Amino acid sequence: MANTISDETIEYVGILAKLKLSDEEKEQAKKDMGRMLDYIDQLNELDTEGVEPMSHVFPVHNVFREDEVTNGDDSAAMLANAPEEKDNSFVVPRTVE
Amino acid sequence: MTELDCTAVELGKKIKAGRVTAPEALEAVLARMDRQEETLHCYVTDDRENARKKAETVQAQIEAGTLSGPLAGVPVAIKDNMNTAGLLTTCASRILNNFVPTFSSEAVKRLEAAGAVIIGKTNMDEFAMGSTTETSYYGVTRNPWHTDHVPGGSSGGSAAAVAAGECYYALGSDTGGSIRQPASFCGVVGMKPTYGTVSRYGLIAYGSSLDQIGPLAQDVTDCAAILEVISTHDPKDSTSVKRDDTDFTSALKADVKGMRIGIPRDYFGEGLDGEVKDSILSAVRQLEEAGAVVEEFDLSLVKYAIPAYYVIACAEASSNLARFEGVKYGYRAEGFDGLHDMYKMTRSEGFGPEVKRRIMLGSFVLSSGYYDAYYLKALRTKALIKQAFDKAFAKYDLIVGPASPTTAPRLGESLADPIQMYLGDIYTVSVNLAGLPGITVPCGVDSKGLPIGMQLIGDCFQEKKLIRTAYTYETLRGAFAGCPGKGKEGGQA
Amino acid sequence: MSRQYETVIGLEVHVELATKTKIFCGCSTAFGGAPNTHTCPVCTGMPGSLPVLNKKVVEYAIAVGLATNCTITQYCKFDRKNYFYPDNPQNYQISQLYLPICRNGGVEIETENGKKIVGIHEIHMEEDAGKLIHDDWEDCSLVDFNRSGVPLIEIVSEPDMRSADEVIAYLEKLRMIIQYLGASDCKLQEGSMRADVNLSVREMGAEQFGTRTEMKNLNSFKAIARAIENERARQIDLLESGEKVIQETRRWDDNKEYSYPMRSKEDAQDYRYFPEPDLVPVVISDEWLEEIRSRQPELRTEKLARYKAEYGLPDYDAEIITSSKAMADLFEETVDICQKPKKVSNWLMVETMRLMKEHAMEPEDLDFSPAHLASLIDLADAGTINSTVAKEVFEKVFLEDIDPAAYVEEHDLKNDNDAEGLKAILEEIIDANPQSVADYRNGKKKAIGFLVGQAMKATKGKANPGMINRMLQEML
Repeated sequence: MANTISDETIEYVGILAKLKLSDEEKEQAKKDMGRMLDYIDQLNELDTEGVEPMSHVFPVHNVFREDEVTNGDDSAAMLANAPEEKDNSFVVPRTVE
Repeated sequence: MTELDCTAVELGKKIKAGRVTAPEALEAVLARMDRQEETLHCYVTDDRENARKKAETVQAQIEAGTLSGPLAGVPVAIKDNMNTAGLLTTCASRILNNFVPTFSSEAVKRLEAAGAVIIGKTNMDEFAMGSTTETSYYGVTRNPWHTDHVPGGSSGGSAAAVAAGECYYALGSDTGGSIRQPASFCGVVGMKPTYGTVSRYGLIAYGSSLDQIGPLAQDVTDCAAILEVISTHDPKDSTSVKRDDTDFTSALKADVKGMRIGIPRDYFGEGLDGEVKDSILSAVRQLEEAGAVVEEFDLSLVKYAIPAYYVIACAEASSNLARFEGVKYGYRAEGFDGLHDMYKMTRSEGFGPEVKRRIMLGSFVLSSGYYDAYYLKALRTKALIKQAFDKAFAKYDLIVGPASPTTAPRLGESLADPIQMYLGDIYTVSVNLAGLPGITVPCGVDSKGLPIGMQLIGDCFQEKKLIRTAYTYETLRGAFAGCPGKGKEGGQA
Repeated sequence: MSRQYETVIGLEVHVELATKTKIFCGCSTAFGGAPNTHTCPVCTGMPGSLPVLNKKVVEYAIAVGLATNCTITQYCKFDRKNYFYPDNPQNYQISQLYLPICRNGGVEIETENGKKIVGIHEIHMEEDAGKLIHDDWEDCSLVDFNRSGVPLIEIVSEPDMRSADEVIAYLEKLRMIIQYLGASDCKLQEGSMRADVNLSVREMGAEQFGTRTEMKNLNSFKAIARAIENERARQIDLLESGEKVIQETRRWDDNKEYSYPMRSKEDAQDYRYFPEPDLVPVVISDEWLEEIRSRQPELRTEKLARYKAEYGLPDYDAEIITSSKAMADLFEETVDICQKPKKVSNWLMVETMRLMKEHAMEPEDLDFSPAHLASLIDLADAGTINSTVAKEVFEKVFLEDIDPAAYVEEHDLKNDNDAEGLKAILEEIIDANPQSVADYRNGKKKAIGFLVGQAMKATKGKANPGMINRMLQEML
């Protein structure tokens, strides 16, 4: 396997992706990611020199809204699925200040 | 055969003609569900009480002459990644186990306005990540043709429901083949339109630049009629395309004279099951005999589509799925210690292994130091793949190939080796990368008794060529055997 | 401290644009309102929602870019900046990294060493985050998404500033330009203009920049100045004691006058930017650019010249009046009514400024009507009220926007110009104050001031002090 994923990398990816993995899951994730990256490395066989990266397939541009208020108070609907609600707000564990 | 054993469009006509009613059609479907769901598990949620009310209302409107249109009164199933106001929408994930959207997706609204009766929400791979519908948190769906086999995925619930008569048609979504492959595995017709044809508003995103909603149906006529209803220019979706050629049913003509069909040699080489290959090539010969001009060619770059697809789809998914963290909706873990622990526990408990795998890969390929090597490389590859298709479509009206290298695998076979499973997407993902339309039509059954699908790929906005060719083929083929269990008392166990 | 250090400062300035709606949805941007009452699926990150760009945001961003001499990126795109925080509903912010809308501009500032250009590296469009309110009783935080999705531009300067004074000059300049454009009200206190300070120090003459820190939570010019001094000293202390400056984001606490690092180990500061797939590129044609250019309002330099030419204001007056758009607007509106530019300018420069200082107000906070100021000027000019009364009445206009004519009438404040009556009063005063009279007659001319004061007191301030003075001189 050409790509060896270190413990640090998995730890770091866990922070980025906000995932907590058991030791077993970490080992599996290292293996899976290494294999997947090996597979993806096939792309290096392709000469893409000078090729513009394509994010949108069609040359559609300038899709705008006019600056007009169209929404009213929809807070009841927005809060309808909140796991915890207080004072018309979403509740989260205290954030560090 | 009863009056109710028919396609969606046929049913619509019968309801309009007063030969059957919308509530009767719904009850027939619900009765089948009662017999089969325990085995097949096509649905995550069924909404039969509301469906019954809706069927009554629609029937009254049809009788009063205030509602017409080919799909009025016809029962439909919706993939569980499309928002339905007031109806649980889970994406087959634990993390949305209690999510009741307050707005419906645009495609669903279009169907409702056309008088569709929504039966419920169909099972799928969690967040549409998978090719077998086995990654659902709510259990697997089984292939109605052979219940030891998967229905394909990720729209496996929709495909199986159509095949098993648990709806007259269904909506699915296709990010890398998620409509076409399960349609092929279940012996139904599935169509992924050109990117931007159906609004993505209300579709819970997996890979935003690749996702597209489309129909799964019993035949090409249904597909064209459904697509005609759901395609729209939606100002709420910036990537929605304004088109004035969405009268897709006008392309339902049995005539392929002069239609130039390209057969990519790269789609028929190593890795393709012999029975699948023979079946598709014989279908192509039928089209050729009917006047199509068939030619083999080299599409090139085929093997690079999968790695490019997984980089792009996983990168977008890692960002699209960041919103699920237990603050605004859905599952929230208990017993956490502070904010970040809440995020991590909620997401670790809420997402299944395949979703985590893709989120991690996506986070990694976008992370500092790897963006150019992986993400930009994939976007450049995508540009080359698009060029390869442009070149092909300069010569051909459409491209024909398989939808999958094999027929439906047995349950449990695919998940053991993710990369092997990803390789199964080889004939479908490039279509999403290039934004093209594709349709799969059943063209045979293999020795195991599993259906084989033929995939037709068109240039952007050339759905009508696909519909015309697929329709012609269907006419040549004659009635498809149909799923052995469908409609039988007791279903197939 | 033997070594000499130079401070190197660059700013990231966030400005809330004055649009009616948010950047990607039709929710109102109005301040106030109960939590989450200005929200919708888009700005709360509901699954399935999609953003659609507000055209006005692009036009404001272009206007600011043009006014700060930037090159407009005629093919620009949005990117996603990924990070988890509860005020960020999607856990990514839609921003611009790779192709920001404006680049390579700059503005001129005045420094103690003369004029200087502060370069603008780029200006990009992005969405604001929601607000977190900390609930001390429950040990939790409450999330309000009313501000989530409010359009911002972020103006990133080059590291061209060397002192707090230069930073403030630059901010004042930006604020003035943006206010003149009407693109934002730029109130630091309310957060519609926010500055993050990137600061490093290096030994005088060194070519390489030192390691920089980023300071956040700076809510006033004073806080900015204090934070800069504090951070400069902190970094020099570190270097002097042989330690290294760590590249980090710090939060300024203006009450305690100190800063502390903001991020925990859970923040990797790796934002994984990638092109936003839900939005299409913005293509700005030459025609569109020209249209916006032609619509640009008169900026300060042009106004300054016009005030001198058209109204004959002295340089000094014109400089002060045009130093804020709100002041200039008030000036022009008042002059339009009373046609007395110099008088209007005097009232604004002297009494208005004095009261603003007394009440710690910014020009943007002025809310009295130009018609009332014009009316006051006319009353004073006509001699209907004397200057002391006029100042009193103006204070009422300033604070309560009263109608001066009605107020003067109601409180009986008109000048008492009855010469006979006044003469009688003055005679009494002369009789009652022999010492002052004697002093005046003996050449102590100032003594008359006391007598005038007594007369004003006796007339309850309604008499015309000039008239009293003249009459007293005659009588003595």
